[in-house]
Amino acid sequence: MDTKQRSRRHFLRDGAALAGMAVAGVRLAKGQAQAEKSAASVAGSDNGEATAPFRLFGPEAPLYGTPSENLQRMPTIEYPFATRTPQQDLHGIITPSGLHFVVNHGSPTPDINLLEHRFLIHGMVDRPLLFTVAELKRLPSVSRVHFLACAGNSYVDTFARKNLPQSVQETHGATSCSEWTGVPLSVLLQEAGVQKGASWLLCEGADLKKHSISIPLTKAMDDAMVAYVQNGEAVRRENGYPLRLLVPGFEGTRNVKWLRRIKVVDRPYMTKWETGVYTNLLPSGKARWFQFEIEPNSVITRPSAGLHMAGRGFCEITGIAWSGGGTIRRVEVSTNGGRTWKDAELQHPVLPKAHTRFRFPWNWNGEETVIQSRSTDEWGHVQPTLAELTKIWGVTMDFWRTDTARIQHFNASHPWTIKPDGSLRNEIW
Amino acid sequence: MKSGSVFLLVMALLVPLSSAVRAQGPAYQLGRTPTPEEIKAWDIAIGPEGKELPPGRGTVQEGEKIYAQTCAKCHGPTGTEAKFLHGPLVGGLGSLTTLQPLKTVGSYYPYATTIWDYVNRSMPLDQVSSLNPDGVYSVVAFLFYRNGIIKESDTLDATSLPKIEMPNRNGFFPARPEWKPGYWQPYFTPQPIPRVKKP
Repeated sequence: MDTKQRSRRHFLRDGAALAGMAVAGVRLAKGQAQAEKSAASVAGSDNGEATAPFRLFGPEAPLYGTPSENLQRMPTIEYPFATRTPQQDLHGIITPSGLHFVVNHGSPTPDINLLEHRFLIHGMVDRPLLFTVAELKRLPSVSRVHFLACAGNSYVDTFARKNLPQSVQETHGATSCSEWTGVPLSVLLQEAGVQKGASWLLCEGADLKKHSISIPLTKAMDDAMVAYVQNGEAVRRENGYPLRLLVPGFEGTRNVKWLRRIKVVDRPYMTKWETGVYTNLLPSGKARWFQFEIEPNSVITRPSAGLHMAGRGFCEITGIAWSGGGTIRRVEVSTNGGRTWKDAELQHPVLPKAHTRFRFPWNWNGEETVIQSRSTDEWGHVQPTLAELTKIWGVTMDFWRTDTARIQHFNASHPWTIKPDGSLRNEIW
Repeated sequence: MKSGSVFLLVMALLVPLSSAVRAQGPAYQLGRTPTPEEIKAWDIAIGPEGKELPPGRGTVQEGEKIYAQTCAKCHGPTGTEAKFLHGPLVGGLGSLTTLQPLKTVGSYYPYATTIWDYVNRSMPLDQVSSLNPDGVYSVVAFLFYRNGIIKESDTLDATSLPKIEMPNRNGFFPARPEWKPGYWQPYFTPQPIPRVKKP
């Protein structure tokens, strides 16, 4: 909006946008190369003047931001404008930024110039305000660890069932956890002065299709933030550089990336994404919409489908648990197909609306069995088994595999079958 | 003491009138006031009442021409052909209660304004936001006609479009979406329920 700034705006990588679906296969590697540029520019100065790519030691050393060579084998799954986190290879609760899942809403990742980006807050406010990113960074900041999960995480639709490997990366790769730093949204709303009668925010991104979605003012005032840092460095380009909305515990789509505008309004704006897409249609023909919070969930990440048991004997079962409602209080593991459950050990820190790592010592006797986990959050809300979720939906098991089913907020306890030869199989899909 | 008490009494009466959000002015004096032009350039969202809709007018016939030129290459000649990525735009009425529900502009979307907003902000994908208001009204008119929502002779403008009652207008719950601390509304519960710590 400020024409005095240098003009090097490239909303699209040339051509890649319209090739569209072909982009996904190489996104991880390409994205990281682009992210180097962003990270270097922010590290350079607060104004974000681009600096030469930073090398650790000498001209032959890898560029800053290049992934460890030990990560090279990690698969990138082809999916339109989407990549998934390789949960099977990760430890602890923090997802490395370059491995954070990516789901765009039909747009390619934009290449935004930090200096040109503006954030507008307007609508039912006393003082409409336009901020540069540097100005936002001068406001009081907070850092908090939160998971971000796509509403479609842990459900595998027909397209994916037919086309993708059925590993935990595919089933549960659309949740990631980072330490986010930014301005509390309540601070920005206070600066603008919210008027009486306001109750919702229409939030909008600077991507090609200008993703837009509504969030309640109550949540904005509670714990939402405008984040510019992810795991200590600038938010990765694919994850919203230079600004993204973070709405802890809410479905991923509400956490608008490349955030450029918040309009304070008095009702939900009924955008395409909140009426036609992120909704759950029941067999009755009625649909649940505005299902904001991610319900209690968990999954065993090792051992899991696609991996191979090293042999009989001791095997540490490990995985992650999360709930949009708060802190994980308990994770139970079953190693006999859900007949009995035992408490797993929770690795500290156990943080609200964050991934929680759990561990369960176990001895595999070499026989075929089914392993799975279920979580309970601080409120005592328990992750359902598949049978229990089927009952909640009022459907039969066949329903989950129908061609047109697009399930959001699926959170059934996920079973993996261990075969006597040590191979592991996805038991649901 | 006495004037202090009066002051406290006045404050006690005043404070509940303004919400916590309104209680204070700006504290940091950062950012600047945008010009009306700057706001207008970005302020494209159309709410369900349609009060932000721009002047303009669209016909089914003009919409059919634009659709054939700019939409059909992805969405198919009649709007029924596209599958997973683009989704079908036409048909599906009565299918939502079957095991093969077809969610389209006509069968699923509850607000006419949503379709206008989306076509205007995000379409056509190879030249996003290239249609003028008349063009957007026309494409929406054509889609609504193909879905049996309006007649072939009907026109759409800022007055008529928000008045259209979409077939699935009452297909969603809760009727008044909300969120408040201390409550949650999982799965298919009809309204938010208080969180109570269970042992």
